[in-house]
Amino acid sequence: MNKIWNYIKDWFIEMGSPPLFFKWSSKILPWLLFISITVFIVGLLWGLFYSPTDYKQGDVYRIIYIHVPSAILGQSIFMFMAICGFITMVWRVKISGMLLKSAAPIGASFTLIALLTGSIWGKPTWGTWWVWDARLTSTLILFFIYAAIIGLHSSIDDKTKADRAISILSLVGIAIIPIIKKSVDWWQTLHQPSTFSLTSAPSMTPDMYQPLLLCFLGFYLIFALLLTMNLRAEVVIREKNRSWVSKQFLNLER
Amino acid sequence: MNPIRKQRIYALTAIVVGSILAVYLVVSALSKNLNLFYSPTDLLNNDLSPETLIRAGGMVREGSIKRSDTSLSIEFIVTDFKNDLKIQYSGILPDLFSEKAGVVVQGYLEKEGTFRAIEVLAKHDENYMPPEVAKLMEQTE
Repeated sequence: MNKIWNYIKDWFIEMGSPPLFFKWSSKILPWLLFISITVFIVGLLWGLFYSPTDYKQGDVYRIIYIHVPSAILGQSIFMFMAICGFITMVWRVKISGMLLKSAAPIGASFTLIALLTGSIWGKPTWGTWWVWDARLTSTLILFFIYAAIIGLHSSIDDKTKADRAISILSLVGIAIIPIIKKSVDWWQTLHQPSTFSLTSAPSMTPDMYQPLLLCFLGFYLIFALLLTMNLRAEVVIREKNRSWVSKQFLNLER
Repeated sequence: MNPIRKQRIYALTAIVVGSILAVYLVVSALSKNLNLFYSPTDLLNNDLSPETLIRAGGMVREGSIKRSDTSLSIEFIVTDFKNDLKIQYSGILPDLFSEKAGVVVQGYLEKEGTFRAIEVLAKHDENYMPPEVAKLMEQTE
């Protein structure tokens, strides 16, 4: 058991070494670009144009094909960042700190998209752009935590120390995730409870949730794509004085 | 495992558990104040002054909507299936406002027990379905 664990660990550490990561990510990037954009566009087109209308809300409900995946992504990216933070702090793996730093602006953007689309949807359906209920407020706090992580990282010059600082912040901030998730069940809110859950069938017909599931996949793939692109840039910036970078970009031997 | 790493794992686990616990305690202490609105039952035995701006919520009772012919005034009853609350409002209603649908109203509770709303918000449930399916379900009911 221990042997297998060590083998997996060594493999990850090797794959995560900056020059090697840069090499293998160059190979998968075009594929990832193609697949993620295809799934993303097909999912959105299906959801926005070819799914049935809702009996009560009419066409307005279609915003869920953007709103729900963005909100889910905003939360899962934060959990991903907390795991990266844990690895950064315990094993001091350089690349996991860079992953954490690269994921933050993407998570912040998805959370912002969820807030904005929710607001646009709220006006015609609820009758208001914003209300300070538990779900909306906790999501806004999540956005502020993202902003704090981005700000904290850029305010520390030593990037290794900056990585550790945001690792701690993301581990502390993880407490907001169960609050967001359960807010609609614990308190009376204007926001409706979840349509999807792991334990019961979705309260939505299959021709409506199938495109939504494809949108989830598309949004996750877009996250993977953006993360890879951000991380490649981060790796090159951090290692700009190393010989492999000059070899890669200038074809120079030092 | 390397003892330093083990120590770090313990420290980090303590941070995560500690922060979740802290947030949990704050939230459970504030729990009653985190509700967006009062239900009609909550408002039954209250000591709220008629000048306090509050929110009430529940279902619009079937057949209780009385619209005025000459103005935007409307009267309806909000229920939590235990107690009722009479609402008076004058203004534009959201698209989803209807009988047997959830609403959240903001306004003042008057002495005689009616609620003078200055804003009506529609609450949507988590069910989505195409119109044909909704029609079928109504027929079977």
